[in-house]
Amino acid sequence: MQVLKSMFRQPAALFGLVVVALVVMLAVAAPLVAPYSPDEQMFDGLTLEGAPLPPSAQFLLGTDTLGRDLFSRLLYGARTSLVIGLVANGVAVSIGLMIGILSGYMRGLIGSALMRFTDLMMAFPALLLAIVLAALLRPSLWIVAMVIALVNWVQVARIVYTETRGLVERDFILAERSLGAGHGRILFHHILPHLVPTAIVWGTLGIATTVLLEATLSFLGIGVQPPTPSWGNIIFESQSYFQAAPWLVFIPGAVILLTALSFNLVGDALRDILDPTQRGRG
Amino acid sequence: MAFLLLRRLVQTALIMLGVAAITFLLLYALPADPARMIAGRSATAQTVANIRRELGLDQPLLVQFWSYLQGLVQGDLGRSYAQKTDVGTLIAARLPATLILMAAGIFVEVLLGVFLGVVAAIRRGGFVDRLVMMASFVGVSAPQFVAALLLLYVFAVTLAWFPMSGFGSFAHVVLPALTLGILGAGWYARMVRSAMIDVLNQDYVRTARAKGLSSFRIIFRHALPNALLPVIAMIGIDIGQFMSGVVVVEAVYGWPGIGQLAWQAIQQVDIPIIMGVTLVSALAIVLGNLLADLVAPLIDPRIRAR
Repeated sequence: MQVLKSMFRQPAALFGLVVVALVVMLAVAAPLVAPYSPDEQMFDGLTLEGAPLPPSAQFLLGTDTLGRDLFSRLLYGARTSLVIGLVANGVAVSIGLMIGILSGYMRGLIGSALMRFTDLMMAFPALLLAIVLAALLRPSLWIVAMVIALVNWVQVARIVYTETRGLVERDFILAERSLGAGHGRILFHHILPHLVPTAIVWGTLGIATTVLLEATLSFLGIGVQPPTPSWGNIIFESQSYFQAAPWLVFIPGAVILLTALSFNLVGDALRDILDPTQRGRG
Repeated sequence: MAFLLLRRLVQTALIMLGVAAITFLLLYALPADPARMIAGRSATAQTVANIRRELGLDQPLLVQFWSYLQGLVQGDLGRSYAQKTDVGTLIAARLPATLILMAAGIFVEVLLGVFLGVVAAIRRGGFVDRLVMMASFVGVSAPQFVAALLLLYVFAVTLAWFPMSGFGSFAHVVLPALTLGILGAGWYARMVRSAMIDVLNQDYVRTARAKGLSSFRIIFRHALPNALLPVIAMIGIDIGQFMSGVVVVEAVYGWPGIGQLAWQAIQQVDIPIIMGVTLVSALAIVLGNLLADLVAPLIDPRIRAR
């Protein structure tokens, strides 16, 4: 409640929050809101020459090269993007938390081995690694989500590692340990709660990264496969046509930008609110 | 210092070994039968068996890994499934184009980012500051392929100031470099702003002001050099992000670099090429980080003293 109140005071965060809420609602209510079925190839959705139609009263955002309603496809695409965003990022944050905590808490071989592995993963360019995995595994919605998760946990692990290292040195952990608390109790009752803000912030910021990565993979043709609409593959399907029908590229592009921007704004505001020492930085 | 250097070098070598291990697993251990993928769909069982023996795929995994490493050290990145040529040769032929694009992109990115960061720091809390911060957020949130298509649409299709695609003249490099640079500049602007604000609050800057130096001299001669250090480290880290961007930008602009090579390989599921590009990019990232670590003490004596 306190967090929400602080957010309402910042215009940028409020904007982000409103857009995020709107996108989520539209995605959930897609079957109710969408004027047409996303896969329906309409006869009157193309000109007589077979070209897509620009935005009009009948087709709010125009139609695509197969005569399907762009607005409806974007609504269903929002479902794809958000599901991947939530699942991929949820898994990434969980893996990152686990590896970060373990490597920060356990000194010695296991701890440093985990951290070296994280360093190793940082040496891979995220997109290329995702491309390799997607090319090897033949993409479906869930595979794409897992690929993104496998690439995106690294940053979270790094940050959680640093925070855990700091926490382990603190006096209250020493006190707890001298009272005879076991590792499990210290990890779950004392360290994990301190990492909740980090998890929330990265759970939000990471969705922006995930949505962008999914769109990029789909744009390259190895993300979510048509006919399932995703914001990336809507652009992928019509990119060669973009000179004649720019709306088919730039409307979905604007939607991706707006969504990623909003998650970033909310995440950044959350970071400011939950961690005042970081205010006004990075 | 020498010890520290040696440690970093060993670390770098170990990371590259790990990278090689992962690429090896993805290339040879994961696919059900690499020999069949190389031979193609219509190959006879005999051909497949020959290829398997030729590549040493009938050997134990560790032996295979050892010969893979030996090949890598000699620049042998394997053979392309579709093009039937050496991946190393293909990449080497396209590397110069990518390096030109990266140099141009990083130039735009750093110049724009530092400029915006300094302006925002000077006008901290003001309208310009908020505008720059907002713009940097937009840059960070924009999908690269959309930005690339937008620049292409406005400046190549509509205004026809620059060629649509291709390679060979200065005009060709402008749009791809701007795409990479404008979007990446956001991170630099945020970092320089925050570093500048820290520096501008320090005593020596106040002393310089008290001496009556012009603000221009204080900002560019006294404050900025100290705020640039994180930028150097950032360029090292940024190369990874950049390599990802290069694939997209080269695909959109038809830039004949390794990114385009990878993109074409994606269409044909030509995994050795994708893997080779990944390996070269990983090497670039690791070397970039190493270089940033080596250059930092040359610029900042405080690090040398440590």
